[in-house]
Amino acid sequence: MAHVLVIAEHDGAGLQAASLCTISASFQLAKAQGGEVHVLVAGGSARQAAEAAAKIDGVAKVLLAEGDSYAHGLAEPLAALVAEIGGGYGAILSPATSFGKNLSPRIAALLDVGQLSDIIGIVSADTFIRPIYAGNAVATVQSSDCVKMVTVRATAFEPAKADGGHAVIEAVSAAVPDARSRFIDQQLSKSLRPELTAARVVVAGGRGIGSAENFKTLIEALADKLGAAVGATRAAVDAGFTANELQIGQTGKIIAPELYIAAGVSGAIQHVAGIKDSKVIVAINKDEEALIFQVADYGLVADINQALPELCAELSK
Amino acid sequence: MKALVAVKRVVDYNATILVKADGSGIDTNNLKFSINPFDEVAVEEAVRLKEAGMVSEIVVVSIGPAQAQDTLRNALAMGGDRAILVTVDGDVEPLAVAKLLRAVVESEKPDLVILGKQAIDGDCNQTGQMLAALLGWPQGTFASALAFKDGELNVIREIDSGNETVSLQLPAVITADLRLNTPRYVSLPNIMKAKKKPLATTTPATLGVDVAARQRVLKVEPPAKRKAGIKVGSVAELVAKLKNEAKVI
Ligand SMILES: Cc1cc2nc3c(=O)[nH]c(=O)nc-3n(C[C@H](O)[C@H](O)[C@H](O)COP(=O)(O)OP(=O)(O)OC[C@H]3O[C@@H](n4cnc5c(N)ncnc54)[C@H](O)[C@@H]3O)c2cc1C
Repeated sequence: MAHVLVIAEHDGAGLQAASLCTISASFQLAKAQGGEVHVLVAGGSARQAAEAAAKIDGVAKVLLAEGDSYAHGLAEPLAALVAEIGGGYGAILSPATSFGKNLSPRIAALLDVGQLSDIIGIVSADTFIRPIYAGNAVATVQSSDCVKMVTVRATAFEPAKADGGHAVIEAVSAAVPDARSRFIDQQLSKSLRPELTAARVVVAGGRGIGSAENFKTLIEALADKLGAAVGATRAAVDAGFTANELQIGQTGKIIAPELYIAAGVSGAIQHVAGIKDSKVIVAINKDEEALIFQVADYGLVADINQALPELCAELSK
Repeated sequence: MKALVAVKRVVDYNATILVKADGSGIDTNNLKFSINPFDEVAVEEAVRLKEAGMVSEIVVVSIGPAQAQDTLRNALAMGGDRAILVTVDGDVEPLAVAKLLRAVVESEKPDLVILGKQAIDGDCNQTGQMLAALLGWPQGTFASALAFKDGELNVIREIDSGNETVSLQLPAVITADLRLNTPRYVSLPNIMKAKKKPLATTTPATLGVDVAARQRVLKVEPPAKRKAGIKVGSVAELVAKLKNEAKVI
């Protein structure tokens, strides 16, 4: 019997959606390992987020670590903390977000265990399913390490219900290593649109959109019509049409909305890696041979400069 | 300042990936291999730092089969000064790679180690963070810009909600995102020159590192296929389908 520890990503007030999905993965794993689920909430002041975690039905205990060194999610002090308190767990799970990807391998190395990245399924207490080669293959991998160190792809697990629970909150602390890294600042996107990875509908633009101006008048306008999140390809981000955090794909975000609309996107495998689990895929591209049509449920061969305004107008009818 | 850059030989990002019928792995026969694209960015960054006078020597290191010498020669042609190949056949897990790199770092004593943020075969995104942990060094992962300031290294990192800047004391480990730079094309004269640059080989045993696998791949399968879709003739038809057939708007 071994307990499972989840490292929660939070904003001080509550847990991020990806953390809820990671917690629901941890329930599956805890059942397989025959233990409890504990959630670590660390931050500058994180009591409120810890209280939110304690309300999740199925969580047995919340570990709360507060201190200035944890305020910005830096991997160095957090990894030292988890390595100190986490060695006795059967598994340690983090969301496969930029927070978890940065932190989890650092903990793994301190504990001298390997890591399974970006899992999409749990087969048993020691065996996991994960995509490799930009999702062109899926591997089933068994770990012989005493602690299973895992990052979880959020779209593969339903979020845990955020109420119904009454877990105890226990304060934890650990020696803080010499600070050799320092947080300076963050430039965060300010958008009133839904968050890309959690949105029901996503409208994405590729290089075919042509300019930052068009990205606004074509992609963002359609997104607003649909109450959708906005996404982009690497080519569109590199060309400066939009911000890097909107990139979808192997190196960007993984999404699984009910409706994904790709406009002026060729459908390179590195992009498709991030959209394959969408329920319905729509592609609008002027090249009828474009690869994106191979994964699209509905394809429209058209120039986006006409098709997107027309689509907005049609939706207003 | 001395920089060490780790590079991996991987199946080229343009190759079509096919799973072996017996489920034992990827069929790599006849596939083109190249330097991992993220590692190419890492090499480019070191070369730019050298051109800017910040770095005096660039050592490139690879862990892999004998053919990884080609990958190292490619990195030397971009501007690396010398290369080290740790010869290992078969898959090496990121933790073992990090331990091998730690051994190399302990003898080479670089001030900066730059790696790609992930390799496009295993998509693990682990090695840089693990190496930083083993060395007790700070880490700047998913870097899209580097700047030296008052003896510290400022790293702009791509995070889910935008960008973040952290400041690291050297020595430090950096992992490169694709937007850190655009790698140069290697010229023929530089490819010729690279052939004469020193390339040393060593082994895990010589470095005293146990590379035994901790993980066993039980099977590898192709991903679930999406069912074939249809082409619609007009925007009006598209909207009708989305409303009445797919029922998503
Ligand atoms: C290691 C690595 C990782 C990568 N990771 C990612 C990733 O995470 N995400 C990602 O997106 N990419 C990624 N890429 C890049 C990827 O390989 C492609 O280069 C990229 O996705 C192409 O973007 P695109 O479809 O916007 O551009 P293009 O491939 O240039 O396609 C543009 C499309 O627009 C169409 N078009 C042009 N004008 C019009 C018009 N007026 N009307 C209609 N259609 C038009 C064209 O027919 C074309 O199909 C990665 C690459 C590498 C090497």
